[in-house]
Amino acid sequence: MSTQTSGGINFKKVNDIIDSCGAKKSNLIAILQKVQDEFKYLPQDAITYIGTKIDGLSPATVYGVATFYAQFSLEPKGKYEIKCCDGTACHVRGSMPVYTYLMQRFNLKEGKYTSDDGMFSVETVSCLGACGLAPVVVINGKVYPQMTSDAIKIIIDTIVAQENEG
Amino acid sequence: MTNTLFINGKECEYTNEPNLLEVIRNNGFSVPTFCYRPDLTQYGACRMCVVEIEGRGIQSSCTMPPEPGLKIHTNTEKTRRIRKIVLELLLANHDRECTTCDKSGKCELQKYAQEYGINDIRFAKKKPQDYLPIDNSNPSIVRDPNKCILCGACVRACAEFQGHSVLGFANRGSKTVVQPMAGRALGSVDCVFCGQCQAVCPTGALTIKTDIDRVWDLINDKNKKTAVQMAPSVRVALGEEFGLKPGENVIGKFNAALRQLGFDLVFDTNFSADLTIMEEATEFIERLTKGENLPLFTSCCPAWVRYLETQHPDLLNHLSSCKSPQGMLSPVIKAVVPKYFEDYTEENLYVVSIMPCTAKKAEAVRGQLYSNGRAQTDVVLTTQEIARMLKSAGINLATITPEANDSPFGQYTGAATIFGASGGVAEAAVRTAYEFVTHESLENIDFKPLRGVDKAHRAKEAEIDIKGTKVKVRVVSTLKEAEKSIRELKEGKADFQLLEVMACPGGCVNGGGQPRSCDNSQIKEERAQGLYKEDSELPFRKSHTNPDIIKLYEEFLEKPNSHKAHELLHTTYSDMFKNSYRDLV
Ligand code: SF4
Ligand code: SF4
Ligand code: SF4
Ligand code: FES
Ligand code: FES
Repeated sequence: MSTQTSGGINFKKVNDIIDSCGAKKSNLIAILQKVQDEFKYLPQDAITYIGTKIDGLSPATVYGVATFYAQFSLEPKGKYEIKCCDGTACHVRGSMPVYTYLMQRFNLKEGKYTSDDGMFSVETVSCLGACGLAPVVVINGKVYPQMTSDAIKIIIDTIVAQENEG
Repeated sequence: MTNTLFINGKECEYTNEPNLLEVIRNNGFSVPTFCYRPDLTQYGACRMCVVEIEGRGIQSSCTMPPEPGLKIHTNTEKTRRIRKIVLELLLANHDRECTTCDKSGKCELQKYAQEYGINDIRFAKKKPQDYLPIDNSNPSIVRDPNKCILCGACVRACAEFQGHSVLGFANRGSKTVVQPMAGRALGSVDCVFCGQCQAVCPTGALTIKTDIDRVWDLINDKNKKTAVQMAPSVRVALGEEFGLKPGENVIGKFNAALRQLGFDLVFDTNFSADLTIMEEATEFIERLTKGENLPLFTSCCPAWVRYLETQHPDLLNHLSSCKSPQGMLSPVIKAVVPKYFEDYTEENLYVVSIMPCTAKKAEAVRGQLYSNGRAQTDVVLTTQEIARMLKSAGINLATITPEANDSPFGQYTGAATIFGASGGVAEAAVRTAYEFVTHESLENIDFKPLRGVDKAHRAKEAEIDIKGTKVKVRVVSTLKEAEKSIRELKEGKADFQLLEVMACPGGCVNGGGQPRSCDNSQIKEERAQGLYKEDSELPFRKSHTNPDIIKLYEEFLEKPNSHKAHELLHTTYSDMFKNSYRDLV
């Protein structure tokens, strides 16, 4: 489990959000949603701040809520956000080998979904409504149909090569 | 009002029990529990306490209120099957190295697994590579997540007693864990070391950090002299480990047992409780006269001291500068004993203290309590640890012949002995402060409104008339209650001049290092009664009348708050706000 804080966040923003929602325990979910909208994820320091500021909460308690609901992410997303569909159709047509390839390639595991260099983050999503193209991968909004582990390798290689050029 | 219902076919009475479980237990039946703790809110998570109710099926008895006429069965085929499955599932996920587990013999999981005859577990065992690291970073408590059964008792204890919620649930489903914020080390978060989480933990997931081996090393070292002291509340609880009743005062037997164990000198923290009162009452009178830094906060409880240092350093000026009784006696022993005993020097003398308290382990290593580069209290053991040492040495406390403790700190007063119960320090201080101010004898010295250690008595008040000056005393136990008083103070609404705070609910009788009592709320009350009984029976009941205290001041300390007294008996505090969670806000 990570012991680092994610330093350098703007507490004024967090504070404004708390004030706008009302510094009450019952508003916690709304506060967390807005903080996530602001930072694109929930930085540990923001969680600590919220847990300490609001009566009846604590950092550990807020962390518990943040890790309970799938809608919250505790990690910053990568420059390239990869969504791997694992809906029924995609699953049946072989989405897991694609996902496994991505996790291995970026050295990711359960609980760590963003590569160390911050370039790629990988997540599974349920049906994207494009079952005819299954299995589907979406990278920063662009849809890649009929993926296999070989096909995704080529796509990632291309992105990496582009990045290296410049 | 009395109602009746039926348990296993027998008609049983009940009155105001909050749930069926209490009714069942009060009528002499028993059901197993993991997550139920009478002093905490009901949680209903573990399903061990299930019973079968005619017409209502299976219910968890800890969450169901009693109703007249219910027909309850505590031991049916169905309930047994459910309990066995609960146990099997828990054990499948559990690090089952019982023999090397600190809780072995006292673990509720082990106990029920044995009682229910779980000898085969059908589910796959957790793999060693899936074990999480043990957290040893806290000075008082060890956390082994591989032994956690997610009963949530610790989470509730920290939240409901200390208002602190250092521990919380994280993740979901099979990934659920109980941990400090984001899995940080328990030594690096705002924990105050009270040990209450550990005291309610049914398994070896939270245990006391043990210092037993360090004490054996001291005792066995021929070049070292050892002195031992024990806190007021230990004497009314230690006996429980040897089959005696809670509240039974074993001080004489304890003295004898400690000598048999090999300690050279046996002293009593009660002596320095009297010393604390001499100093603190004097300090209180001075503040009252000058109208400065009021209310005065007591400083005996290290968990409370740490709470102020980390959360409210702006109020440290209220805290008494007196060391705790443990903190006072150790340097006094090291300074005075060599004057009385040959072969003893400040260098070769080591002091071990026996405390009801896990936070005292952290107190002993506070930099402010060091002298010449050495901690003055060399090792702190809890009541539980000393019981274990005595047992391993084959000493049976129950049958040993009582002995007196050693001079020159041999006598103590009733005022000292009640330190162990919430309200005792304030009562003792008032007994002495009154006489210091008025030079008249205080006739009625029992301050009943300041007594009581149950849930309803976590905040108490009394007003004392010191010859026309009205002094209001507030006593709280648990930091959750203390926080309320702090808010009153910060809002300018505090009308009390003395605030006694003990972090443990009911005070040190219920400390985190005491014998386990988390499934019986009565035990702490019986221990407290044991202390008040001793108080009423002692020849001296006001600290300043203790002949050995008078002598110590005459020969050594001059007078309360003297220069010498300040050197040995008073301390300073530090602002530890930085890096505490509140620092962010
Ligand atoms: S020792 Fe006290 S403050 Fe620390 S986690 Fe346990 S209950 Fe909370
Ligand atoms: S650490 Fe102990 S008290 Fe806390 S949830 Fe786990 S088993 Fe229960
Ligand atoms: S109340 Fe007593 S046992 Fe509890 S933390 Fe304070 S000093 Fe220790
Ligand atoms: S299941 Fe993947 S797009 Fe529908
Ligand atoms: S559910 Fe009743 S004791 Fe846990």
